[in-house]
Formats: sequence, structure tokens, C-alpha cells
Amino acid sequence: MTNDRRWIPYLLILPSVAFLALLFIVPLVQTIWLAVSDNGALSLANADRMVNDINFTRSLRNTFLLTLMVVPVQIAIALVMGSMVAKVGRGRETILWIWTIPLGISDLAAGLVWLSILQNTGYLNSVLFGFGIIERQTGWLSYQTPVALFFAIAVAEIWRGTAIVMVIIVAGLNQVPKEFREAAEIFGAGPWTRFWRITLPLIRPALQSALILRTVLAFEVFAVVYALGGRNFPVLVGEAYNWQNQNQNYSVAAAYAVLIMVISLAATLVYLKAIKVDPERLP
Amino acid sequence: MSSTKPAGFISSRRWLLWSGIAALCAWVLVPIYLVALGALGGRQGVYQWPKTGLPIGISIDPFVLFLKTEGVVQSFLNSLAAAGITVALSILLGAPAGYALARYNFLGKDSYRLLVLLTRAFPLAILALPLTVSFIRLGLYDTVVGVGLIHTVLALPFAALVTQGIFLGVPKELEEAAWVFGCTRIQAFFKVVAPLALPGIVATAVFAFVISWNEVFAASVLTVRNRTLTAYLLTVLSESPMHYRFAGGLMLILPSVVFIFAVRRYLFAIWGISSK
Repeated sequence: MTNDRRWIPYLLILPSVAFLALLFIVPLVQTIWLAVSDNGALSLANADRMVNDINFTRSLRNTFLLTLMVVPVQIAIALVMGSMVAKVGRGRETILWIWTIPLGISDLAAGLVWLSILQNTGYLNSVLFGFGIIERQTGWLSYQTPVALFFAIAVAEIWRGTAIVMVIIVAGLNQVPKEFREAAEIFGAGPWTRFWRITLPLIRPALQSALILRTVLAFEVFAVVYALGGRNFPVLVGEAYNWQNQNQNYSVAAAYAVLIMVISLAATLVYLKAIKVDPERLP
Repeated sequence: MSSTKPAGFISSRRWLLWSGIAALCAWVLVPIYLVALGALGGRQGVYQWPKTGLPIGISIDPFVLFLKTEGVVQSFLNSLAAAGITVALSILLGAPAGYALARYNFLGKDSYRLLVLLTRAFPLAILALPLTVSFIRLGLYDTVVGVGLIHTVLALPFAALVTQGIFLGVPKELEEAAWVFGCTRIQAFFKVVAPLALPGIVATAVFAFVISWNEVFAASVLTVRNRTLTAYLLTVLSESPMHYRFAGGLMLILPSVVFIFAVRRYLFAIWGISSK
């Protein structure tokens, strides 16, 4: 590479850097400033208003509970899918395509799909009625049934969000050399040992990025909640939305945004620390 | 090893595997089928009790009626336009960056990669909140362009990382051979590299489209009258009858399912790359 060409890569990345500076870094700083200032001076008034809002504790608790419930289940289902499809020869493409369909489905649409199943005259009630478990139409999605509503939202999120985890994990599994597993098999390791001792450690990078991606998305949960439960189930992003659009209070909305970002960043750091990816041990 | 096991044992394991696969396929497909029934069943379909789950009493009419509701077609077109802008911008800005990352070693390369990866740890759509004020000032508030811009923030880091992998897959020797035969760098890129990278870039574009098409929060915050389909459905949700909600859900699902089908070959290659 001659010296007079050195500007080429900078010219190539410049447009994207400028774009991200304007529409990622600037609004990021703006959000933080909006959240921690009041009439141009540093202040905790917005945080104070957020924390003392009637929905704050509930939305924080709901969001955390949902994330704690949804993310591990998604990882588990994705690992099961990955191990199953590894044993399939013919038909593998079709199966993987079907399993990735939810990747293209928005959280709003997922909420509406499960609404059709879980609403009062929906399919769940029809099945339960058919088996004689319930005698008449039962509501699952109102504020009177918070536990059922929680599980409804969790199911819809698991239904939609598992695809992305599965794709990342299958991509990771594809990179594990066959010889590793064959060697373990020759030395007498059973399928269970092979999974825990060989496969899982080798797909750590994939697991790590799947966990980061899904956790950040789980803390952003909003439309699926709104589609299924309206405002019966407050979550953090939903509160930010209400403060912005209904109450027109951009500062408290920004305080919520900062809180969500801090949680997301903290979760990312925890994953980066907890799941050590040793570059020398990668296949 | 397995040859020593009795045949019945093997076939029962096979059977278990395939029933597991079938169950997971049903878990994905049945809900989509049911919402389609809801969308095509109209008002009577919603109140039918108990439901059989069979395609009885469905027709295209309720869905057509939904399409004729004021705002539906317009918001559909807005969604298409915002997604189009997102695709164009994220490829135009992201692909050159991906090419630079794949072909050059330069000071600041790691910082740039860090910036791109950093975006992943942030709930990006939430950044739409402060942008409301700047967008009002710039005349971008409540426009399709404004929505396209914020969706590009979501899609651009992805596009840069994925195109990097795609360009790494095009042998450098081919490009250098073109230079030897007298092509300029720009000619070599468009005549040799671009045709080989094109399928992957198209797949990246489809992903950018899906990201924009499905985004709810930023689109709802940044628009009032020129709503995208997701934003429109979210705002009319509480006053819509059930079968309209299902029709809206189906309308959101169909295009993205088709697109995912179109890029199914690239799904795993792309995520293998972008999760590194």
C-alpha cells in the first residue's frame, strides 16, 4: 500500500462516522443532558419525578422479571433447536427457515398474534373449554389477572425473540469442528458430557453476543406489552413513551431513557466479564 | 458405536427427534395461521365460540375492508418509504465502511469497530426521544425521511459489520489482478468486486428493510400524521375492533416473512459474521 493511498480508508468510513456522530452520539448526549438538567442547570428533579411516579417501581420490576424469564428460556430453546437440527441431514434448510420466520416479525405483530389466541373468545379459551377445564370465557389479559398477563407477554416474547438467538447459536455451532465431538465420542464421552464440556465452551462467543443482543432488546420491551395488555402492565419503555407523548414531559422521558441505557450497558458489561472469550481457544 | 445398539432403540430416538422438530415448527407456524384466521374471519369470526381453529367462514372481504379504512394504505406506503430510505442510506454509508474494514489496515480501525459495537449495547430506538426537538427545528419531525434517518442508526452498524465479512469473502487477488490489467481502483471495484459481493449486499439490504419495517417505538415518537404502519397500528390499537387488530398483525407479518424466505441462504452466514 503506497503512502499516498492512506487517506482512502478514512474517506470510506467518514460518511458513516459523521452519520453516527450526528444521530447516535449527539442524541445520546442530549438525552443524558435532558435527564440530569432542569432549566439549564444540573438537577435531579427529573430522576426524582421518575422515581416517585406511581408506575415507576412496577414498571422497573415488570421489566426485570420479564427479562429474567424470557432470556434464559430463549437461550434454552435455541440450544435445543441447534442440537436437534445438527442431527438432521435432508430437510435441514426447510426446518431452519421455518424456525427463523419470527425473525421478520415485529414485537407489535407478535403481540397481536398472541392476542388472537389469548383474548376472551380466543383459541386458548376454546381449547380449555373443550377439555372442560373452564366453564365459560375467561379473561387473561386484564389488570385483575397480572400473573396470567405476565405469562402471556412472556410467551409472545419467547415466540418472537427465540429466532434471533437460534440463528446466532446455529451460526456458532456451524463453526465447531466436527473432529472435536468425534474425538470426545471416541474417548467415551456421552452426549450430555459432549454438550457441556465440548459444545457449550466452544460456542461461548455466540452465546455472549446472543445474550447481549437479547438482553438489550428485552429491556426495550414495549409494543408486545401494549398490544396484549394495553396499559395494564407498565414497563420502562412504555413509561418513557407515555411521558413523551401523553404528558409531553421530555425530561422525565429522558430520565427513563437514561435508566434503560444504564441497565443495558451494565448487563452488557456483566456478560463481557462473566463469559470470558479466550481468543486462543477458539476453533 | 451406534451400530451395536438395537434397531428399535435407534428408531425411537429418531422418532423423538422428529416429533421435537415438528412440535417446534408448529409452535412457530400455528400462531401465524391463527392470526390469519382472525384477520380473514371478520367480526363474526371474532365472536364465534367456542372456536374450532378450522378455516370456516373466512373470506378476503374483511381484510379488504380493513385496507379501505382511512390511513391504512397511506401508513403502509409510509412504512415502505421509510424502509426504502433506511436500505439506501445504510448500504450507501455502511458498505464503503465495510470495504475499508475488510481491505485496509489503518490507524483508528479498532476505535471505529468499537463505535460500531457500542451501538449494540444501547437501546437505540430510545434516542428518538431527544431527536423530536431537533427534528421539529429541522423540519424532519413527522416526516418519512426523519423516521428513515433514525432507522438507519439501527441498521448502519449491522450493515458495516456484515459487508465487511462479505468483502473479506471476495479474494483480494482478483481485485489485484484487475489492477494489473489496467483497471483503476474504482473500475476494479465495480467490475470485479461488486458483482461477487452483490448477493450478500442484497441480503444485507433486506435485513435493513426488515429492521425498519418492524420498528415501533421511534416511528411512533417521531410521527403524528405521517405514521408508518407500526406507528399507525399502535396508536389506533385501543379503539380498533379485534378483527382489525388481527388484520393489522397479518399485514405486518406477510412482507417480512417473504423477505426472510428470500434471504434464508444468507441468514446464518450473516449472523456468523456479525456476531464475531
